[in-house]
Amino acid sequence: MAKPNGMDCSLIDLQTGEHALMVDMRGGKGLVGRLTSLGFTPGVELTMIQNMGRGPLIVLVRDTRIALGRGEAAQILVKRNDR
Amino acid sequence: MKEIAQDFVPIATAKTINEHKTPLIALAGQPNMGKSTLFNLLTGLNQHVGNWSGKTVERREGTFALNGQTVRLVDLPGTYSLTANSPEEVIAREFILREQPDVVVALVSAANLERSLYLVAELISLPSPLIVALNMLDVAEQEGLRIDVEILQAALGVPVVPLVATRAQGVQELLNVIRNVLNGETVLMPRLPEIRADHRQALREISHLISGYVPDPYPTEWVALKLLEGDSELTQLMQRQLPEEVEQAVHNILIQHDDALMAVASGRYEWIGRIIRAAVERPPIGQISLTEKLDRWAAHPFWGLILLGLVLGVVFWVTFSIGSPIQEWLTTHGIGGLASWVSAALQNAPAWTRSLVVDGILGGVGSVLTFLPILAIFFGAFGLLEDVGYMARAAYVMDNFMHLMGLHGKSFLPLFLGFGCNVPAVMGSRVIDSEKSRLLTILVTPFIPCTARLAVVAFIAAAFFGRYATVVSLGYVVLSIVVLFLSGIFLNRLIFKGERSAFIMEMPLYHIPNWRTVGLLVWQRSLAFIQKAGTTILSFSIVLWVLTVLPNGKLESSYLALFGHWIEPIGNLMGLDWRLTVALLSSFVAKENAIATLGIVLGSGEGTALAQTLIAAYSHASALAFLAATMLFVPCAATVAVMRQETGSWKWTFLNISFMLIVSFAFSGAIYWIATSLEV
Repeated sequence: MAKPNGMDCSLIDLQTGEHALMVDMRGGKGLVGRLTSLGFTPGVELTMIQNMGRGPLIVLVRDTRIALGRGEAAQILVKRNDR
Repeated sequence: MKEIAQDFVPIATAKTINEHKTPLIALAGQPNMGKSTLFNLLTGLNQHVGNWSGKTVERREGTFALNGQTVRLVDLPGTYSLTANSPEEVIAREFILREQPDVVVALVSAANLERSLYLVAELISLPSPLIVALNMLDVAEQEGLRIDVEILQAALGVPVVPLVATRAQGVQELLNVIRNVLNGETVLMPRLPEIRADHRQALREISHLISGYVPDPYPTEWVALKLLEGDSELTQLMQRQLPEEVEQAVHNILIQHDDALMAVASGRYEWIGRIIRAAVERPPIGQISLTEKLDRWAAHPFWGLILLGLVLGVVFWVTFSIGSPIQEWLTTHGIGGLASWVSAALQNAPAWTRSLVVDGILGGVGSVLTFLPILAIFFGAFGLLEDVGYMARAAYVMDNFMHLMGLHGKSFLPLFLGFGCNVPAVMGSRVIDSEKSRLLTILVTPFIPCTARLAVVAFIAAAFFGRYATVVSLGYVVLSIVVLFLSGIFLNRLIFKGERSAFIMEMPLYHIPNWRTVGLLVWQRSLAFIQKAGTTILSFSIVLWVLTVLPNGKLESSYLALFGHWIEPIGNLMGLDWRLTVALLSSFVAKENAIATLGIVLGSGEGTALAQTLIAAYSHASALAFLAATMLFVPCAATVAVMRQETGSWKWTFLNISFMLIVSFAFSGAIYWIATSLEV
């Protein structure tokens, strides 16, 4: 089910504990502005702390835990990364 | 003290070019960096809380002594960046650019250094001298991080002062550094971040195009960068300033670089990355932090809710088991004692003055003030949970429920506060970042049963339902919450067309609470409550008293009774006679007034005597209907006043009042009808 390494997917596709590199972000200026100031920029490493399949998720970015709604997380494109 | 009591000069018009005799220091920092703790540490009680002019954003200013000289300290709103994503960012940067503080202290967290330096990357490019205060070194050590302050300082080119604000460590060093920068002993050589290489040309071109058109006090280079970032405020400003052909030229460049926002941000993070690699030693990956361990429970979709339920239960248990006896004591001995003393003292004064003071003022404002201990305990518990970092988890696990109303988790925080008192809850809605969500939260907040309403319900339920009183009271709390959710769903569909705002929230690291921070929070919230009691509630108490004594001093034939009789037909639909209707109306002044008014109109005082009179006079069905009406009735006067203040419009305030009026009549009518049909 999980897509292989190296292919782009959305942040909501990451399972709890998976790592990824951020590729790009979609969405309006307001959303992009808020997310970039929290550390979401292309190339940054993201770790999925909690993704229960529904409800908001928790992502670790630059040593900070950020809770994101699924709608917002879907705007962030990532590439899986196994370290 | 005189300094801080002054009204603040609006930031839009002030232009004080370093003329202030007392040095001005601005404290900047992202949220959850311990900024309030440092602010409180420096200023103590020499602080003043107000609003930034024209904004519903809290403004804190204080003074402290630096080598015998008084220094002004302004706490800027906590922001992640200085781009106009919200009013807070605009306030922070406008203050620095227009007021030109002598020093800006940027608070960063050693435990979140990378992200917290982002704001520093923005601040360092502004004209005011910068000092970086490196807080939470203890937390960083706990997480295994080692930070070389010397290298950090050399890389930034501005002083860096290590700090553990919660233990007041490093404050003296910070003061020394501030003094040295103020008197010019320390010269700053800031190293500025650069934009990513592929956009440097565009930045130069824009700078060149707009130079000469940028109004004071904005630096041209900075405005060019903000235009590239797509900053809404400055884009609008420059559209007004630039001649059409220049604007078109700038616009063309911006269109070609529509990804510039991320390029600028990436540039800042590259700058930060270089500094971090040099100055920070990280532990090998794989350590599980305390926060992670706790969050497995606290942020779990199921166990997190169970934990939240337990936490709420403990908070209420502590609040009422400690607070209620104090309140009862204050009612009988405090206010009661004061009333008899005043009566004695005013023996020779006209009867009406005695009645005004004893029945009107002490009965109204006095009884409200007896709730202060309950509120202070509740605020303390809430502040503690906030300071520890738990409230973000509560918001997180409640997100799914809040979605039903088109809101998200953050709205849960003010609602929780509402169980104490709706007044700070309405003000607490400021934590919500979208205007629409904030408005909707304010509109449903008064459905949260506050301590005052719970007191009325507890009294009536105990009188009528004996050993089932707790069950009945709980039932009404549940009813209120269900009505809140239904109203939220309804209002969201009807007025807001089901739009939903983004849910983005930092989950801060857990840390040991700072008693000073919690204490000041309790103090400030309690003070706001006392101010409301002294103004809104006082004036309404007097009006109510006037209505009960005019025209001939007898309550039975007073204007209030007249009005009660006049609207009795409506009250009858809910099984309420004129007395219960008047009691309900008087709860507008303050919810707990319902009991006092019943005592007056039934002529039986308060306590057990009143309970017996009530049982003799009314059916259980009427009691049930009265309870529903009390729980869901229009917000109290103080809440109405803050709703007006926070929404900035009478329209929304009146909408809320009429909505609650309809809802309370509908529910209490329905309950009366069902109860009579079932012959309760």
